[in-house]
Amino acid sequence: MSRRQVALEVLRYNPETDAVPYFQQYTVECEAEWVVLDALNRIKETIDPTLSYRWSCHMAVCGSCGMMIDGEPKLACKAFLRDYPGVIRVEPLANFPIQRDLVTVIDDFVTKLKRVKPYLIPKAEKAVADGEHLQTPAELKKYKQYTLCINCMLCYAACPEYGLSPQFIGPAAIALAHRYNQDSRDGGRDARQQEIAADEGVWTCSFVGACSEVCPEHVDPAGALQQVKIKSTVDWYQEHLMPWTRK
Amino acid sequence: MIPGGQPYRREMSRYGWFLRQSRYLRYMAREITCVFIGAYAVVLLVGLRRMSEGRQAYESFLQSLTSPAGVVFQLIILVFAVYHSMTWFNVTPKAMPMQIGEDFLPGKVIIGAHYVGWLAVTAIVLLLAGVV
Repeated sequence: MSRRQVALEVLRYNPETDAVPYFQQYTVECEAEWVVLDALNRIKETIDPTLSYRWSCHMAVCGSCGMMIDGEPKLACKAFLRDYPGVIRVEPLANFPIQRDLVTVIDDFVTKLKRVKPYLIPKAEKAVADGEHLQTPAELKKYKQYTLCINCMLCYAACPEYGLSPQFIGPAAIALAHRYNQDSRDGGRDARQQEIAADEGVWTCSFVGACSEVCPEHVDPAGALQQVKIKSTVDWYQEHLMPWTRK
Repeated sequence: MIPGGQPYRREMSRYGWFLRQSRYLRYMAREITCVFIGAYAVVLLVGLRRMSEGRQAYESFLQSLTSPAGVVFQLIILVFAVYHSMTWFNVTPKAMPMQIGEDFLPGKVIIGAHYVGWLAVTAIVLLLAGVV
């Protein structure tokens, strides 16, 4: 196994002592196949135990270690050192307030996620004794890709609309709302539309498409948002021109 | 939230943010080229107005279109209008995915259908204009 010295420039911020964040450079010996998260762990273990960042699974499942790596939103556990030949610049996720070092305040996203009701709201109550809610493979495939979202918020860090208009509900939350709207077992669309078909919802999106490009799970939030726009437009015309077609 | 200190907010600059990454530049290129579509709409409106002013006015309008400056102007508009249209055609599979049976139609088919439609409309327009 080959090793090399890797230099990382990490944004530091301690709210108790610092007025503004600053970059601190570390150089650590790393294995060739390591990811940025491994390098951060090595720094924390051997050089600077005060360095703060979130991580958990180390396998691109938990969505905790999202950060800006050379200006690009990435999962630190999925960003291989071999892809970064020079000094690696590591910053907290863009568009979120910095709590400490690489840890961001994610309350805004969590609140928005709750607002869109990202859970199954059954069309009709069904007793357990009446059996399962059946679904065909085609019905499953209609929304399956959106279920792969791990709430890592890379899409929010990539979205300039969210950066400029923080009230925007944003890519992941709307994609998850769309996931349930597309589910044949669900009947909660009207309740979700109030949030996502609004100005702060899909109509803030101008289809930059960066969200889908940075998604580590290959979900397509940009697609979901455009589909919600089309459906909301159809809703509007139905309501105003053909009110009798609406329930 | 945190004893002793506040979270630090890094405000995003309202200007120049799109220079940060090539994907933002591509987005801006897609958006800004709509100006050329608008410019050609203005040309058509001016043509209508000239037509309403009589034969002579309309003929001088046509003449200005076929002058070297007019041709260059329209070529520039054509290049950017084609670019603008292509950028939108290429994202149509995201907005209009088609599920047939279990599987989704490949994006290339949806994009291709738009190009076919474009060619068909172009052919009809050329036919009506008596060019072909």
